[in-house]
Amino acid sequence: LVLAPISAPAAPAPSDVVYDEYGSVAESLTGAAGDPVKGADVMANRGLGNCVACHLVSDLDEVPFHGEVGPALDGVADRWTEADLRGIVANAKMVFPGTIMPAFYKNEGYTRPGDAFTGNAADGPLDPLLTAEQVEDVVAYLMTLKE
Amino acid sequence: MLFRTMTAMALVLGATTAQAEGPELVINGEIPITTRAPAPEHMEYVREVMSGWEFRSPETQAFEADDFENPGMIFAEDGRTAFSQPLGDTDQSCASCHESPETLAGARAVYPKWDPEREEVQTIEMQINECITERAGAEAWGYTSQPMTNMSALLASVSRGMPVNVAIDGPAHDTWLQGKEIYYTRYGQLELSCANCHEDNYGNMIRADHLSQGQINGFPTYRLKNAKLNSVHDRFKGCVRDTRAETFSPGSPEFIALELYVASRGNGLSVEGPAVRN
Ligand code: HEC
Ligand code: HEC
Ligand code: HEC
Repeated sequence: LVLAPISAPAAPAPSDVVYDEYGSVAESLTGAAGDPVKGADVMANRGLGNCVACHLVSDLDEVPFHGEVGPALDGVADRWTEADLRGIVANAKMVFPGTIMPAFYKNEGYTRPGDAFTGNAADGPLDPLLTAEQVEDVVAYLMTLKE
Repeated sequence: MLFRTMTAMALVLGATTAQAEGPELVINGEIPITTRAPAPEHMEYVREVMSGWEFRSPETQAFEADDFENPGMIFAEDGRTAFSQPLGDTDQSCASCHESPETLAGARAVYPKWDPEREEVQTIEMQINECITERAGAEAWGYTSQPMTNMSALLASVSRGMPVNVAIDGPAHDTWLQGKEIYYTRYGQLELSCANCHEDNYGNMIRADHLSQGQINGFPTYRLKNAKLNSVHDRFKGCVRDTRAETFSPGSPEFIALELYVASRGNGLSVEGPAVRN
């Protein structure tokens, strides 16, 4: 008799995420749906995604100071599929080569990686900027941005 | 929503007015400052270079029009006092060899500069320390120490209005190329280069900050945010740190090369330091 595993399957390591030729990622990184409420928080929070540093999101109007380095994300779910959005958040460089947008689910291949914002050298292997769960939460939130 | 629509409109309008006529900076009613100039020939992607002053709010801009309003000038005055005080326990001061700060007018505009004896590019801080250690025989000042930054503010202030004109050819060329490479390298976990923010996105808001071209013609700058005088290398360090990278140190060969390159991107702008920024 084989018992079903109790915990969810482990998320793939950043280097094991499968991107298709357009940079989309079909499979949820956690094997489950994300939480859009938590996703909104990750997007607004300076210490997490800080996406509003570069993007206007009208739905997050209560958060002060949205940037204009990237396009407004209003209606983004009308333009992209969930798999596309997962790819963009996990590693936007797979979708937009050379983009300024940082890769949020990546942890190696950097020039002079630091220990967060201390200015010191990284102390051992880095964690990705967002966890697999946070990426899924952000994707779930982006999927609510329809016009 | 309404608030942001209005902000966005103000930004668009602001940008248009700035393009059309642009405010003008004249210090003390007598020193006109060139805050926009045709880009130097070596720049491939930018047509017009602009001082950071252009990107600040009218309130911040106003501080620079009058030395009595400019908090940076208090530090330049401290530098002026130090200019005639003995260096360390020697009986020499800057004034023993340089009659007055005004006799050094023009120096700020051409630094960093190749030093043929040392066979290296020197920043003005390195030149000051060369005088202190080798000529006066006193102990060097810390690269970003208060006395050093005060003195560099003084030397900038006596050059205000003169066009930045650093040499990038001849023996300085290799260092310039190294600086250029650093400028375009995407550092840190955020993988951002100076160019990503200051060449591709000047004029855009990045969260609450209005991105400038990252010019250094106004250094050292008095920042309202930390209420002190900030040196060029301290600013570089902060910007590299913000990419989640291991920074270079003030006074390091990398920052010296980067300073030469960034200064050359401002050739044609006026020396403006000590400038006021937020
Ligand atoms: C440093 C700036 C920056 C940050 C931070 C950033 N982005 Fe972006 N993003 C961009 C830019 C620029 C683009 C446009 C792609 C391109 O052409 O480079 C973009 C594109 C996108 C797109 C596609 C938009 C469209 O309509 O085509 C999505 C979705 C997106 N970003 C989501 C996010 C999320 C979610 C975060 C945070 C977890 C984030 N971005 C953080 C700069 C940024
Ligand atoms: C004992 C003599 C002596 C003292 C003391 C001295 N200097 Fe100098 N300084 C020189 C000489 C000599 C030169 C080289 C002149 C030349 O450019 O050929 C020089 C050059 C400079 C230059 C570069 C000028 C240029 O146009 O490139 C600066 C800036 C400078 N000194 C600043 C200072 C400051 C600030 C102090 C005091 C902290 C100081 N010096 C103290 C002798 C001195
Ligand atoms: C993530 C974006 C970002 C990156 C990357 C970045 N900077 Fe900055 N920098 C800023 C912001 C924001 C400011 C403050 C507003 C302004 O003046 O642009 C600033 C200010 C400056 C200033 C002060 C300008 C003035 O007039 O006071 C200089 C100089 C500068 N940066 C140089 C650099 C250099 C050199 C690099 C690369 C080593 C760099 N920056 C990388 C965001 C960045």
